[in-house]
Amino acid sequence: MTTPIATSQTILVVGGGISGMTAALEAAECGKQVILLEKSPTLGGRTALLYRYFPKLCHPVCGLEINLRRLKGNRNVRVMTMAEVSRITGTRGKYTVTINIAPRYVNGNCTACGECARAVSSEIPNPYNYGLDKMKVAYLPHDMAYPLRYVLDPSAIGTADAEQARAACKYDAIDLGMQPETIELTVGAVIWATGWQPYDAAKIQPYGYDRFPNVITSLEFERFTDLRGPTGGKILRPSDGKEAKNIAFIQCAGSRDENHLRHCSRICCMASLKQTQYVREVYGEEGKSTIYYIDIRAIDRFEDFYQKVQNDSTVKFIKSKVARVAQDGNSGDLILHGVDTEGYHRYANNHDLVVLAIGMEPSVKGVDIPAEIIADASGFLESETSGGIFGAGCAASPLDVNRSVQHATAAALRAIQVINKTAGVEI
Amino acid sequence: MNELNIKYHNNFLKEVEENIEEGEWIKMCMQCGVCSGSCPLGPYWAHPPQELFMMIRAGKREQVLRSDSMWMCTSCYNCVVRCPRKLPITQIMHGIAAYANNLGMAPKIQPTRDFSILFWKNCTRTGRVNELRLTLGLYFNDGLVAGIKKGWAMRNIGLGLMRAGRLNLFELFKGHECKDQKGIHAMLKKAAEIEQRHKHLTA
Repeated sequence: MTTPIATSQTILVVGGGISGMTAALEAAECGKQVILLEKSPTLGGRTALLYRYFPKLCHPVCGLEINLRRLKGNRNVRVMTMAEVSRITGTRGKYTVTINIAPRYVNGNCTACGECARAVSSEIPNPYNYGLDKMKVAYLPHDMAYPLRYVLDPSAIGTADAEQARAACKYDAIDLGMQPETIELTVGAVIWATGWQPYDAAKIQPYGYDRFPNVITSLEFERFTDLRGPTGGKILRPSDGKEAKNIAFIQCAGSRDENHLRHCSRICCMASLKQTQYVREVYGEEGKSTIYYIDIRAIDRFEDFYQKVQNDSTVKFIKSKVARVAQDGNSGDLILHGVDTEGYHRYANNHDLVVLAIGMEPSVKGVDIPAEIIADASGFLESETSGGIFGAGCAASPLDVNRSVQHATAAALRAIQVINKTAGVEI
Repeated sequence: MNELNIKYHNNFLKEVEENIEEGEWIKMCMQCGVCSGSCPLGPYWAHPPQELFMMIRAGKREQVLRSDSMWMCTSCYNCVVRCPRKLPITQIMHGIAAYANNLGMAPKIQPTRDFSILFWKNCTRTGRVNELRLTLGLYFNDGLVAGIKKGWAMRNIGLGLMRAGRLNLFELFKGHECKDQKGIHAMLKKAAEIEQRHKHLTA
């Protein structure tokens, strides 16, 4: 890989999800030079793994495609995938960034014909379906992958699979000799858009995510409903593959809890309201969704959507944080225990499937950001001491896609201000 | 006081905060219901913790203090562990119970309260608990016949304890006692004084 030319007037964007892409494009369309780094082999981040957006229930293909089109048409952005920042030194206007690039083993000749995937036999858990199914060791992350180029998993290197993949490729695109690289770049400002990760559901002991196969997270449910997901869009129970028609959604799974995440993750209420509509889409009047909640936080304009779901006869709302989930031994059904707040009725309700509306943890948490960072009580990035590194999207705050885009645009503007000031000094 | 104030007794939350241990936490409750659902004795309470907290905030003084719900708490701490706002629910339950007791509003016939009073008198008299008297006191609480029946039912356990040297019938006359009983009583008196100073008890 050739090292991109970067100067103190370049903006580095770390993270290629919806926030990173937006920040990079907004800055690039203002004429700034941008380098967009992504740790995984493709841009798109978690947005690409959603089935639909709320509240209009359109598909993420739409929003991502617009951004990818903007990206392809813009000469100012340089995209680097499978690249991670390991060190940042310097101060605003002049940072030196060390970047580690993992080998993809597939070069630019790739036409995404898929011959290599057909040639290999080994499989690995598919991270794009949260490990719910498997994929070949030579793979295209997903249909919206950018760059549209296959990847050979490092586990295949040195095996017969790697040789078979290379032999199958007609374009000489597979390069088994690729080595990890470390490069150094000089940039003027950094936008940190590393997004979020779901809270570890197994830590919420009373809900039994680690013990009961039919307790899943909202992100996994998103994949179950997607046509490209592990079940091809059918809502099937992990334990026995039966259709799940009576589904419970537990809100605040990890969020707003001093024992887990202190903050409100903001997206989960809307995500569950949205997912009840998936159930309706699949089963019509036959599907049953029950939302267990403390209070529904459908902020400002989302209230309309909340009201629409409230009027849906297949959706029931129970104002109660579920105390405990138990499994009915033989059937694999789940029994939810608790007391509701509207009348203090004790309940023990049966459901086929339980979806935990899992909370949002910043990806910066636990990750050693190679700069002096000031984070809030939940680990979201607030600012940093050198003055030229800005958080964007879910690295900075729990946000939905729409607000992440707004937040990233704001971050781009702040980075541009730094660059302009630096340029002014140099003139 | 106008009619609305009488009806809702808006000062009750304040009264609870001033007089009940950890009472200032009650306003932090967000009514999620995890405490009520997690309580192993939950089905036997008239008002689970979540409801008690709401009743306190709604100013239902009589119903709260005359309730026997908080007396049902066995201090398993399941609610405290699970409470998303980390309210010391167990402590608050005992606080409400103690306050109701001090005001003379606690239910008259309540096994937990009866036992607590029995235990307190037993242990503060000499500074040590006299198990034999405590047990017998508990057995004969419901009358002579009931006491004999309960004692008879437990006779084998009693004999076993005696054989193991764990139960001494002479304890009935003079049990093991603290050396400095005067000192213990002085300490308890002082503690009660301090408590009075902190909590302005009003009936």
